Formats: sequence, structure tokens, C-alpha cells
Amino acid sequence: MSLPPMTVDDKAAQAGGGVHVDGASARELTGGAGLGSTPMWRIRLKLFRRSVATMWSLFRENKMGMFGLGLILSFALMAILHPILMATVWEPAIYDPVSGYDAVMTEYTVVEGEPTDPLSEIALERARLRLNPRIDAGEVVTIPTQPAPPTWTGETPHYLGTDAQGRDILSQLLYSTRAAFFLGAVAAITTVFIATTIGAIAAYFGGWIDGGLMRFADLILLMPLLPVLIVLSAVFEMTMVLLGLMIGVLSGFGGVAIVLKSQALAVTVKSYVDAARVAGGGDWHVIFRHIIPNVLPLSFLFMMFGVAEAIAIESTLSLFGLLNVPMTWGIMINSAQTNGYLLSGTSFWWLLFPAGLAISFLCFGFFLVGRGMDEIINPRLRAR
Amino acid sequence: MSALPAPRTTESLIQIRDLKKHFPVSRGMFRAPTDFVHAVDGIDFDIAPGESLGLVGESGCGKSTTGRMLVKLMEPTNGSILFKDGDYHRDVANVSGSDMKAFRARVQMIFQDPYESMNPRRTIFDTVSEPLAVQKIGRVHEREKRVLDLLRLVGLTPPENFLFRFPHELSGGQRQRVAVARALVMNPTFVVADEPTSMLDVSIRISIMELMTKLGRELGVSYLYITHDLAVARYMCDRIAVMYLGKIVEIGPTEEILARPKHPYTKALLSAVPLPDPTIKRTPVEIKGGISKAINPGPECRFIQRCPFAAEVCRTNPHPSLEARGDRHFVACYRVEEIEAGAQPTQ
Amino acid sequence: MTQTRKALSLENLETRQIDPTKPLLEVDGLVMHYKIKAGEVSAIEDVSFTVHQGEAVGLVGESGCGKTSVALSLLRLLPSNANYLAGEIRFDGEDLLSLSGEEMRQRRWKDIAMVFQGAMNSWNPVYRVGDQIRETLDTHYRGVMTYDEQRKHMERLFSSVGLPGEMLDRYPHEFSGGMRQRAVIAMALACSPELIIADEPTTALDVIVQDQILKELKRIQLEMGMSMIYISHDIAVIAEVTDSIGVMYAGKMVEYGPTKAVFSRPRHPYTYLLLRSTPSITGPRRQLAPLEGEPPDLLNPPAGCRFHPRCPFATEQCKTEDPPWVDLGDGHKVACFDYQRVPALDEALQR
Repeated sequence: MSLPPMTVDDKAAQAGGGVHVDGASARELTGGAGLGSTPMWRIRLKLFRRSVATMWSLFRENKMGMFGLGLILSFALMAILHPILMATVWEPAIYDPVSGYDAVMTEYTVVEGEPTDPLSEIALERARLRLNPRIDAGEVVTIPTQPAPPTWTGETPHYLGTDAQGRDILSQLLYSTRAAFFLGAVAAITTVFIATTIGAIAAYFGGWIDGGLMRFADLILLMPLLPVLIVLSAVFEMTMVLLGLMIGVLSGFGGVAIVLKSQALAVTVKSYVDAARVAGGGDWHVIFRHIIPNVLPLSFLFMMFGVAEAIAIESTLSLFGLLNVPMTWGIMINSAQTNGYLLSGTSFWWLLFPAGLAISFLCFGFFLVGRGMDEIINPRLRAR
Repeated sequence: MSALPAPRTTESLIQIRDLKKHFPVSRGMFRAPTDFVHAVDGIDFDIAPGESLGLVGESGCGKSTTGRMLVKLMEPTNGSILFKDGDYHRDVANVSGSDMKAFRARVQMIFQDPYESMNPRRTIFDTVSEPLAVQKIGRVHEREKRVLDLLRLVGLTPPENFLFRFPHELSGGQRQRVAVARALVMNPTFVVADEPTSMLDVSIRISIMELMTKLGRELGVSYLYITHDLAVARYMCDRIAVMYLGKIVEIGPTEEILARPKHPYTKALLSAVPLPDPTIKRTPVEIKGGISKAINPGPECRFIQRCPFAAEVCRTNPHPSLEARGDRHFVACYRVEEIEAGAQPTQ
Repeated sequence: MTQTRKALSLENLETRQIDPTKPLLEVDGLVMHYKIKAGEVSAIEDVSFTVHQGEAVGLVGESGCGKTSVALSLLRLLPSNANYLAGEIRFDGEDLLSLSGEEMRQRRWKDIAMVFQGAMNSWNPVYRVGDQIRETLDTHYRGVMTYDEQRKHMERLFSSVGLPGEMLDRYPHEFSGGMRQRAVIAMALACSPELIIADEPTTALDVIVQDQILKELKRIQLEMGMSMIYISHDIAVIAEVTDSIGVMYAGKMVEYGPTKAVFSRPRHPYTYLLLRSTPSITGPRRQLAPLEGEPPDLLNPPAGCRFHPRCPFATEQCKTEDPPWVDLGDGHKVACFDYQRVPALDEALQR
């Protein structure tokens, strides 16, 4: 269908006004080449880059968000660091997070009765059992210990010690970072994908579609996430991907969908949706071109929170030993527990604190980034 | 049926007959609604090609609902919207599906809020070319050229500077110009303008109104101009229809209505408009009360609660229909001659 | 010449002596800048006007001209990033800008009250209207008024704005738009102020309701001997209800004088063009004159006269020098170098 002709009255055209409008002129965007020869996608790419740059400069001013971003980048660095270290400095036989073994020789003083400091003393009966029945109290013996406290010197230093199976804690920590990111990404993206679509469809169509989807979301909200996942892990063999998808589906149909739907509803009543329909847009055009793009900023926000939630859930499931994965932070704590060191307090701190703190800090980082983004998305929170 | 205003030319572009929109008042999730809000309750009017009709009234009178029905943002409960444009003859009230595209090419709308009527994430080019993109007209560079032509036409020059900007980079007046461009991109014959200047600064309103009038003349576009501001309606419209609670109470040429209003509501409305001239003292016609919603209205005249001239004839007869009372001037009132002869207000 | 009018007071109906020659409020050379991240916004620049006892003054201008900022300054309700760089606001001789926070709080609502823009939509929907008004009374008269006295006072307030007393027990959603605005006015009257500022009091209302509200405000003003400041972008409204008007543009006041004088003989090009761009339902259907361009960005206002980019008569002097006030007599003053040329605009626009 060709365009009907129009007359253009140049003489009567008034000036566009004295407003200083900075931003893209077509000349800039096409690099002087003119509109006719520059393909649209290139222009859109430049516009996209420009808007990302604007958002970044806004985000940069937000201390909370930047701190969170710093945390996340540190962990990303850790994840990258591990394969490099394994390939260069660390010997796989000793430092492999799952199958490495290193017996750290430690000196112990033999004491009568119960040792007050289990890291440097050993009971007489045990020493006699393990080594030499003729040992006396007061002697110093050297035996390999697992878990070994951190050693920073020597040929094979273990900066965070070893666990009960002689594996290097630091290596485990760095290795698990990858898994955490991966899981977080899968879960968060799935959640947001589902929740945004459902929210937009429910808001746009209303009526029984809306009612049905929201009642279903209520149902999902009722279900406690962790017990459901525990049950599911008994049925399916849980890998990271599967776990991520499950968390994503269960969260996506639940509370997040309700929140995103109310945001979509706020968009649906705006005049530009009417304008799109008057222009001839069908339902799906409006949903995908108008409603969803304006809900996405909020979705992105929930994605950040979703990552934090997913990592926390995973560690809980690993603690119960329900995941079929080689090594995650949760499994580190789990192995501490199964070897009886969970309640050892500060004596065997390196078995618990690094993993626990890693979980906390990575979740914290994503949460802070989410809060930082909240200030950008919600202009009312912005300081002038 | 009432005697309808005779159109100025032999063929009206649009003929509205007995248009109704009733909204159900929900009684709960499982009960069928028994109450209905009669937002638009049987209105008739014609618009000739190139003519501009103003639909004025206070909030709740049904003018916005009428406008939305004419662009099919809302389905009428009843009535017909006959659209005769060249070889396109349809009763638009029933059009749907693929037929819609042809309709959408001919009927467009300009919205009230310049800040909300554009997707903040899309460029001006996207916004103006949306009708073309949705109907898959032309290739991208053809659309670009078309949009540039239109931006020039609405006074945004040089148009290349505006093509890839976002709405938040433009002022309110510039945005409304873009809205006009979007409405005209498909070369429509009929545009519904829903209070397009009420959210703009006073000094900018004139330029937008002049733009619409000029382009309407040059491109042969008819307007339905919805507004609550009678002064603006005077400036923009050839004819004015006054609505009250879903009914048209008076319709006629602009200057005629403003100089010689015959319906008590029109008189009250006109006399309440403040004048930007402190030397003129106006005498408002007093009517009491405020507008209520027309939920399940009775058969008698809708204005009876507030009319200062309500009499027995108004109570015992159904709501009056539009009758000719002058040169193309139609009024829906039983007591027009008596009021003109100097009847006193009864309340 | 004094007029004796009844004034609403707590104990009994007193008569408030009104002397129209005495100034109640004097704004003198007010300068206020907002500090934002991007720099300083020159929101109010050397604004001066006087409100006499019993007088109704209008502030007219478009969005961004600073009229609401001026109003909020009178009540010291601006956010903390608003800096007063110069000028005084003298109420009954006392400079409000020099008062402490607590002292200002004492004067707010008792001396000056305000009907805010969009206030009719700011009623808390979960509380009854009467309770919300009582909150105002409690803030100022705790321990002084008993519950019954408060109730009687509120009923009197409601009747003075034309609302039935039993509406005090209703919720905001049971009020129509016009009734809500009347209730807001009643709340502004609660502490019997001497001055009421009405910021766009009828903008969101229908024309007939607007007429009723404006009449009500006029009646209250006359009966209670109050002074009023009307702020609006609607020139017609201002023309009808005010005695004097100040025209503001981009943070500056460009013309000030008795309403009749300013409307019949506008001397500033902006005032003139503003009047000529307002359609009217009476009078000849004359050619309206559009104003080119947009109001300036107050972060970087134009040098010299702030109106010069849009003024059809801008000269070199206008681009560099800020025009001083010129007294035209009878309280009519204008800030323009070329004010004598303004009637000539009439012929120029006839082409």
C-alpha cells in the first residue's frame, strides 16, 4: 500500500521553539552519512548506547549501588581467577576443589585428659591410639591434620586452610563463585521472563484472564518455596540448571507476577496505549511494544533481588545435601556439618565463615545494586 | 425520530444516529448488573467534510466517551456511526477485524495529555510512524521521509533534529505538535481531538489551535473537537454541540449558539465563563447543585433537577428531542418559546 | 475610610477593622534560587508587590514563572535547597524571612493560610473530612478549644463555605469536586487568617462549579475582611476576582497594577501578548496573536530582559540590560524599556 501524497507548506512552518534540546540529531546518529543510507538498526544501536550511558552516569552517583556493584565485580573477579590459578600456580592434585588432597603436618602437644585447644593439643589416649602406644604427655608430635588451619607459608600454602577431606578452602570458594552466578542468572532471568509476560497479559486483558492468573499466583504464593524444592529434589536429580529453572518458575508465577502486573496496569491506562490502538495496533503489538518495555525497568530490579534469593535458596538446599552438584558454598558448609564441625564456633572458623560470608556478601551486593537501580527507576527517590 | 440538522453539503462525512454507551454498575462478582450508567444516551449529529464540530460540556457529560466511540477505542452499546468517505461506506459501529485497518487509516485521534500520550521509551520517529509500521505501509526509508515531511508540516524544523529524540527532551507544545503529526500521518479525513490544548500553557495553545485549523483546511480534515472551554470552542469550531448527562441539548453554528443560546443549560454554561475583561460584569444564570451520574435515569428531561425553568410539561413528558429553532440551530427543550418570551424562573 | 466587617473568631463574632490603605503584606525585592545538582535555578528574581488589607491581588503567569514559589515563600514552605539571597517579606511589618522555624510555625495558618494547588485531591481518603480539619485545629489550639467548641467552629466554617454541617462526618469520596474544594477553603479559614493564598483554586473544576467557588471566595473575602492572593494561569479568572494583578515571567515580575488598568492598558509586551492569546466568548472574533518560542530555562536564564528572546520589540539594550521599574502612576508599574510601543502591537498584529 503506497502512501497518499501530502502537501508541505514550508512558508507557514513555524520555528520549533527556543528550547535547548540536546541529544541526538539525525546527523549525529548517522555520522554525517544522512538518513537515507544509514540502516535503522545502526541508529537504534547508537540510541541504545546513548541511553545506557545516561543510565550509567546516573547510577554512578549512587553510592549504594556502586558499592554493591563493587562487591559483585569482586566476586566476578574471583570466579575468573580460579581457572587461571588452577592452570598456572596451583597444582591440581593438591588444590582441586573437589578432589585435591593435602595433608598439612601440624605439631601437637600431647596432653593428659581433654585438650583445651584442639588445634595444638592432642589427648594422650588418641595419640597412643593413632601413633605410638608408648607416647607420654608433654611430647610434641607431628601428624597430618584435616581440617587444617590456614597456612600462609611453605611450599603449598592454604590461605584459608583445608577442610575435613584435605581440600583447599580458598580453591573451593573461588570455584563455587561460578556456580553461584550461574544459578542466580538462570533463576532470575526465568523469574522475570515469566512474571513480566504474565503481568502484562493479566493487566492488558483483564477480566477472567486476569482473575485466573492472579488466583494462580496467590496459590503459588501460598506454597513455601523451600519445602517444595526439597520435595522436588527427591523426585528429580537436581542440577544447577534444573534448580535455577525451578526457582525461576516458582517465583515467576508467584509474588513477582503480582507486583509486575500492577506496574503493567499503570502502563495500560496511559494514553499512549490508547494512541497505539488508534494507530491500528493489535493486542500483541501493544503488549510487546508498549507495555512490556515500560515494565522492564521494574523487572530488571526484581532480577537483582531474584539472584540474591536464588543463591540463598541454593545454599540451604545444599546444606541439606539435596543437590547433585560437585561444589558450592552451601556444600562447603554442608561438608562442615557432616563432619561435625558445624557447631565448633571459632575453633574451626575457616570451615564456615568464608563460605557463609561469601553467600552473604554476594547477595548483599546484588541487593544493593537493586536498591541503587530503584532510585533510578523511581524518579521520586532521586535527590536533586 | 428527531428532525436532524441538515448537513451543509449534500454528503455528510459522519452521521451519528442514536449512539448509546451504557456502563454496567457492578453488583459483585457473581450477580448480573442491574444498574447502568447512561454515559451517552442516544445522541445524533452529522459532520460534513472539512467541518469542525465542537462537543462541549462539563465533566461527566459523555463527550469523551463519545469521542472514544468514534475512534473505536470503545464499543457502542447501541446506535450507528455511518462513515462516508469517498468509496468507503460503513457503519463503523460494527466494524472489526481486517476492516479496521481501512477505518484506522481514515479516523485518528489527538489526545489531551502531551506527557502521557507518547511512549517515553520510543523515539519521535517511532511514535509518528507507528500507524505506518502497524499497517505495514511503506519501507523504512519511505516512512522516514514521510515522518520528516510531517514534522516539517507541524512546524518542527529542522525535522532531522527531532526525528530521533525522546519525548522527555521536548516541551509540551512540541509534543502536541508531534501528536498532530501522528494523527495526520495516514492522511485521515476525520480527527477526534480530545482537549488537545487544555494541558498546555496559554501562550502555546494558540499556536497548536492554529496549526490544527490550518492543516485541517489544507488537508481537508474534519474535526470533532472535544472541550470544556467554550472560548476555545468558539475559536476552533464551525458548529457547537452542547452535551449534558449523555444527551445533546443544543447544537448549531458557533456564533449563533454563543450569541443566542436557547437551552437553559447552555445559557447557564455561557454565563458562568469568566471573561478576561474586568470592565464587563456578567450575570450568571443560577442553577443549583452539581452534576450527578445518570444511573438508570427516568424518562423525563435530564436537566429537570437543576433547570431554573422546569415546569409541569417537563415532568410529564419524555426527554425532549432536538427541534429546529433557527437557522440550523436545534434545541432539546419544551419551553424554548416561553423562555424567550420572558418566562420567569420557577426555582 | 474604614469598613467594618465581621470576622470569624474563636470566642465570638468580632468586627475586624479594615483599612484598605494600610499594607498587610509587602514583598520587597525577593530573590530566591534553588540549588540543584546541575547548578542554581534562578526561580524568583527581584519580585516586589504589596497586598493591602482587604485587597485581592492576583499573580498571573505561565508554568515555571515562579508564582507558586512566591506563594510558598510567603509561608516558608520551600524545600531546604531554596536559598533566599535578598529581599524581605513583611507581614504586619515583621520580616517573615528572619523568623526562626518555630516562630514561623506559629504564624502559619493563623496569619497566612493557603489553598494549595490540587488540594482538593489531597484529602486523606481513610479519614473523615471533619477529623482532618480538626487536626488543623489541634495543631494550633491544643488545650485551648474543647471538642464541642471545635465542632461548633467547624460547623460554622462549613456553613461559611456553603456546605452542610453533617458533611463533616463524611469521607472525601462522598464529596463532589466542587464540594471538596469548598472543604479545602474551610480548612484554610480554620484559624481565621488575615491573608489567604489560593493557588489555582478552580483549575480542575467545571465552569459552573468554578463560578460558584469564585463567588464563594469573593463573599468570604468581603464578609470576613480578609486579603487574598490569587495565583492562576487563567487570566479570565484573575480579571474577575482581583483588585490588583502582577504579571510574572520567568521568575520576574514584569508588570503590576490595578486589574482594570493592566487589562485595558497593558504596557509590557508579554502582558499584551498574553491577553491577545486568550480566546474569549464575547467580543469580536478577532485574530489571536500566538507567542513564539518557549519560556526560558531558569538554570541559564537569558541575559538582560528575560523576555527578550520572544519579544517582538527586543532591542540591543534589552539583550544586555535588565529593565528597571517604570512608574506609570496610580499604582501601575512596568519593567520594560519600550513600553510606549505596546499599543503599536495592535496594528502590527492586524496584518
